[in-house]
Amino acid sequence: MDNKIMVPEPERMQALFREAAGSLTLGNNGHFSALRNEAMQTFSRLGYPNRRQEAWKYTDLEAALQVPYRIQLIPSEERADASKIFQCEIHNFETYLFSLLNGSYVWEHSPVSVLPDGTVVGSLRAAALQYPELFAHHYGKYADIRNGALEALNTAFAMDGIFIWVPDGVEVEKPIQMVNIVNLKENVFIQPRNLIIIGKNAKLTLVHCDDSVQHQKNFTNAVTEFIIGENSELDYYKLQNKDDDATLINNNYFHLSDYSRLTSNTLTYNGGLIRNESKVKIDGSGAEANLYGLYLMDRKQHVDNRVFVDHAKPHSVSNELYKGIIDDDASAAFYGHILVQRDAQQTNAYQNNRNITLTDRARVETNPFLEIYADDVKCSHGATVGQLDQDALFYLKSRGICDRNARMLLMYAFAAEIAGKITIPALRVRTEEMIEKRLKGELSICDQCVLHCKDQPEFRIDMSLV
Amino acid sequence: MLNIQDLHVQINGKEIIKGLHFSVNKGEVHAIMGPNGTGKSTLANVIAGKEQYEVTGGSITYKGLNLLDLAPEDRAREGIFLGFQYPVEIPGVSMTNFMRTAINEQRKYKGLPPMAAGDFLRYMKEKQQLVELQDKLSNRSVNEGFSGGEKKRNEIFQMAMLEPELAILDETDSGLDIDALKIVANGVNKLRRPDNATVVITHYQRLLDFIVPDFVHVLYEGRIVKSGGKELALELEEKGYEWIKGI
Repeated sequence: MDNKIMVPEPERMQALFREAAGSLTLGNNGHFSALRNEAMQTFSRLGYPNRRQEAWKYTDLEAALQVPYRIQLIPSEERADASKIFQCEIHNFETYLFSLLNGSYVWEHSPVSVLPDGTVVGSLRAAALQYPELFAHHYGKYADIRNGALEALNTAFAMDGIFIWVPDGVEVEKPIQMVNIVNLKENVFIQPRNLIIIGKNAKLTLVHCDDSVQHQKNFTNAVTEFIIGENSELDYYKLQNKDDDATLINNNYFHLSDYSRLTSNTLTYNGGLIRNESKVKIDGSGAEANLYGLYLMDRKQHVDNRVFVDHAKPHSVSNELYKGIIDDDASAAFYGHILVQRDAQQTNAYQNNRNITLTDRARVETNPFLEIYADDVKCSHGATVGQLDQDALFYLKSRGICDRNARMLLMYAFAAEIAGKITIPALRVRTEEMIEKRLKGELSICDQCVLHCKDQPEFRIDMSLV
Repeated sequence: MLNIQDLHVQINGKEIIKGLHFSVNKGEVHAIMGPNGTGKSTLANVIAGKEQYEVTGGSITYKGLNLLDLAPEDRAREGIFLGFQYPVEIPGVSMTNFMRTAINEQRKYKGLPPMAAGDFLRYMKEKQQLVELQDKLSNRSVNEGFSGGEKKRNEIFQMAMLEPELAILDETDSGLDIDALKIVANGVNKLRRPDNATVVITHYQRLLDFIVPDFVHVLYEGRIVKSGGKELALELEEKGYEWIKGI
């Protein structure tokens, strides 16, 4: 069974699934193939999401799905040192670095590594064979393959991705960085599948980067399941810097146990079409989920952030803050859904989405949705879409600051609130630099070389002091 | 220095300033008094360049320049400073970065190199003392969480930093207790020089006990209806604004 080049139409994907059935293996028990078949049935029934569906009203996959892609069925054996194929630009950023290249895990000595503290990191494919009990217990248990067409498609074809297991009582000393790189001189359709398991009383800081290098059309449909054990903590950062030809769908499922803590920070700097779904199930009491996001889009880019927090148990807290700056003809959508189930008494749940549009062509759709069945709860939501504060702009200009720098200061201050939530100093500094570069249009230069540099002000604002 | 002839200003189609004449020379302190809603703040904002106001007639010249042709930032760079009646809170922008950006842009306009970081911090510290604002100022966001008195002192601090040629202080005394008023007035007095000028806009005579004006003008229904020396303020205090309506 070779990797095929084709338009990923539902019928052809079904045919491909039938043809490839023999070679689609993950682990060596029946659990995986039963799950695959079920998932394929779901996808066959639902097809791809389309804009007639409420959840996809603002994000149109149609154009991206009419492109012929190389469908990565069989993981290529990527034997390399991950640090050789990816140079992280974050200075003084000490991490354990692991990467996926075009959907396949990259390794030099072994497909599964054990860190000095006992944490296991490796290829999903290899780990499925080594840790069958963990997989039987967790794999595919959280991602919704009955209602989610893309989750189902990913599950049907999943072959590789990153597996992390932090055993009970282990606090991983350095952040683990997982980088998903797309670098092929042809259009590619990849479906990475990641499984992150954190035991009890454990702690992990995870930095998850999405990068693409070549200017080729590429479609990524990723699913990641996170299991955070009792009294454990996950500090999760998602950094997205994709080129304008990229379509990236991220389905993140977080499962929280008693007294566990999740902080997720999704930073989107660039990307043609990005959809981030974060589904948080608070299945324990005394748990806390903080979900932050920042998106800075321009040209014709589109980002859609959807956050669903399901409070199933009492005494938990969730807190969402997503902020975006939308320029040119770019568009953004935000959907925040908080569900407080009947038993989830004494829940505190907050949600806020704030947007600045810089042109009258920039579009933002924001939809907060609270669904509350318990009576003793505190919930609030807020959503704003606006321009920069004219009074603040005038105040800055009245001190001699030019319009461009005044706008820059206000936009930077707006965005920096999210950067301020980052607890890793090197990453925070880098994020602040990225925000500054992005707002000055310098990231676009690297990406598209439209020579925005001509209208750069000669005087540089020292953002480190903001 | 500043010469306003027959100025007419509208906002949202409503005329606020209706044929105003006013001029200021170097070294002078002017006070503009008048009841609420007569156009005092409008006049201040028009001089500073706020876009929402529409000048429908008349002229403003400043140092020989047609002021109405200049963008707000260029007016500031030419030496105009507005002390706001309601200073704006700007979360996330620190006072240090705000002032450093402002000073360096003004220096660039004058052809001077940017001020070095160390020099800037020393300069900032020195000026803070003038209005008795403590060190903590530098790391705080512009006006965010400042008390009313701190906001007004912060305006005078910015004035001290930028050393304007023409400062217009819009109701800088409102909401201040007597101690804060003295600090603010003291700051303004220390910044007085023969080559700069100050226009103090106020509702009450009280501030003028501390900042002694050379001229007092009464603004009523969009025009200056009476001008005089500092004694006019006392007369106004005694007779009230009802007296003006009879003029």
